[in-house]
Amino acid sequence: MTNFLKSLAIASVIAAQPYWVCAQEEGALRITIEEGIIEPMPIAVPTFVVGNGAGEYAQKVTDVIIQDLVGTGLFRAIPQDAHISTVTDFSAPVEYANWKAINADALVTGNATNADGKLTLQFRLHDVTGQRNIGEGMQFVAGSDSWRRMAHKVADVIYARLTGEEGYFDSRVVYIAEEGAKNDRKKRLAVMDYDGANIRYLTDSNSIVLAPRFSPNAREIVYTSYETGQPTVFTMNVDTLARRALDQTPGMTFAPRFSPDGTKVVMSLADRGNTDIYMMDIQSGQKTRLTDSAAIETAPSFSPDGSQLVFESDRGGGQQIYIMDVNGSGVRKVSNGNGRYGTPVWSPRGDMIAFTKMVNGRFHIGVMRTDGSNEKLLTASFLDEGPTWSPNGRVVMFFRETPGESGAPSLHSVDITGRNLKKIPTPTFGSDPAWSNLLN
Amino acid sequence: MQITKLAIAAIAVLSVAACDKNKGLDDGPMDGVNGANGANAGMVGNSDNISSSSLDPSSIAYFKETIGDRVLFAVDQVQLSPEGAATLDKQAGWLIANPNVTILIEGHADEQGTREYNLALGARRASSVSNYLASKGVPDSRLKTITYGKERPLEVCSTEVCYAKNRRAVTVVAGGLGS
Repeated sequence: MTNFLKSLAIASVIAAQPYWVCAQEEGALRITIEEGIIEPMPIAVPTFVVGNGAGEYAQKVTDVIIQDLVGTGLFRAIPQDAHISTVTDFSAPVEYANWKAINADALVTGNATNADGKLTLQFRLHDVTGQRNIGEGMQFVAGSDSWRRMAHKVADVIYARLTGEEGYFDSRVVYIAEEGAKNDRKKRLAVMDYDGANIRYLTDSNSIVLAPRFSPNAREIVYTSYETGQPTVFTMNVDTLARRALDQTPGMTFAPRFSPDGTKVVMSLADRGNTDIYMMDIQSGQKTRLTDSAAIETAPSFSPDGSQLVFESDRGGGQQIYIMDVNGSGVRKVSNGNGRYGTPVWSPRGDMIAFTKMVNGRFHIGVMRTDGSNEKLLTASFLDEGPTWSPNGRVVMFFRETPGESGAPSLHSVDITGRNLKKIPTPTFGSDPAWSNLLN
Repeated sequence: MQITKLAIAAIAVLSVAACDKNKGLDDGPMDGVNGANGANAGMVGNSDNISSSSLDPSSIAYFKETIGDRVLFAVDQVQLSPEGAATLDKQAGWLIANPNVTILIEGHADEQGTREYNLALGARRASSVSNYLASKGVPDSRLKTITYGKERPLEVCSTEVCYAKNRRAVTVVAGGLGS
């Protein structure tokens, strides 16, 4: 134990924030995410060894790690009751033969201890066939009420080491929780972990609220509220719930989104029936008009480098996707298929745009390259709308609404390969999801 | 207060309409039932102590039911139909005859569109109505618009029968009446 701990990077405790050290070493075991993959990697995650005071956490943490990994569709967890080896000592040598025998490609061993309200998770990732560690052992330390986030961080490291890409589990989603009849729908802002856990409601249902989006550090949101009597863009601090109208001048504003550096908000303003896109500097309140056609221009979204905006416009007659430079110049049409295109969102990697497509009475969530090529429709239904990217650009979340009198929306996610479509559990109807960046 | 009066007025009209002339009504006409211009419709009452009338032409109920408070739009369109324009002509006349009221024009869309586009579309529809009323002489200062996009459907089925009723601009008498 002592030797192992010496080999772990030293982790200090910083307030309630989990702390981690990532010492990367390229492992031989690697899952490559491509469209062709249909066979998930078998991985064994025995329950973390229960150290001092961690009895209530070890199993919960292990379960969340497994759910995160399996939930990607890239991994298959070998059931614990099929394990023929039990890990009771985190520092003891791993008996690889016992994991090879149950056909595990990868193995996670871990240890949980809890003292003075601080939970410590230690873990190692193993290449069973290669009989070696993948990367160094790591540990996370934080207040024990952060156990779920710590589990997500462990899973993020495992995902990153096995795919070569950043994970997306320690992240949040802000969305609209909906209740009530279709013609009397009540809407509230809600925030939750990416997997639907830890829901917190941020507003009551007295005013319509729409389309929230996170700031880069996930501490602020922008959204549209009718609390002033007309649609108005608000900002809110997710922790204190302090909120204010972004633009103090009267007018209908909606469709806000933060710039990648968090200093600006781009949004739509409807003036005498004409909707255009404006950029607002949060600090100074200075507002710059970016489009001035008589057409509808809305749903703007920044490129990750902040230099361009993708948006939708019906200037050509129908709703289509365009890109412009951040000063409003250089407008060019991007979408080029049949049907209508809306709600464009630039991927965090910068190479793709997710969108909603309406064609032949059906709605689709799709992705395409930023030049409009390689369009790929990921979903199809009566009404799919409003994609939002996972922090690593691998998954999009959106909402799907069912038709008719009892029609209602719920949150779903799908890989950009088109696989792994699944519903995100929420206590009420849900719409307008927006995914945060990875938390710090 | 106005709403209460109207509710009473509506009930009174219904009561009169359903009333056998021999039963009679002792009460005189209620406030607001008889128009100031004495425009009694003479629907039922032919007894000396029964009077009846149409709604007060300056009432909100009259505006909604007789003038017509809404116009409908084709899919993704903001142009007014001939029927819509005819309704707005009557609305303009009423608004000019009732100079104390201000109105709020709500623009709505059906559910077959994305949320933010529909907000913009609803703003366009409301503005289309506002512009038309202004062109007919209603002062701009009395016209306000708001968009609800697809947030407030009237009808909940997911077929064109309902969509056609949801693609609407509704002229809501917002205040000042009777003041």
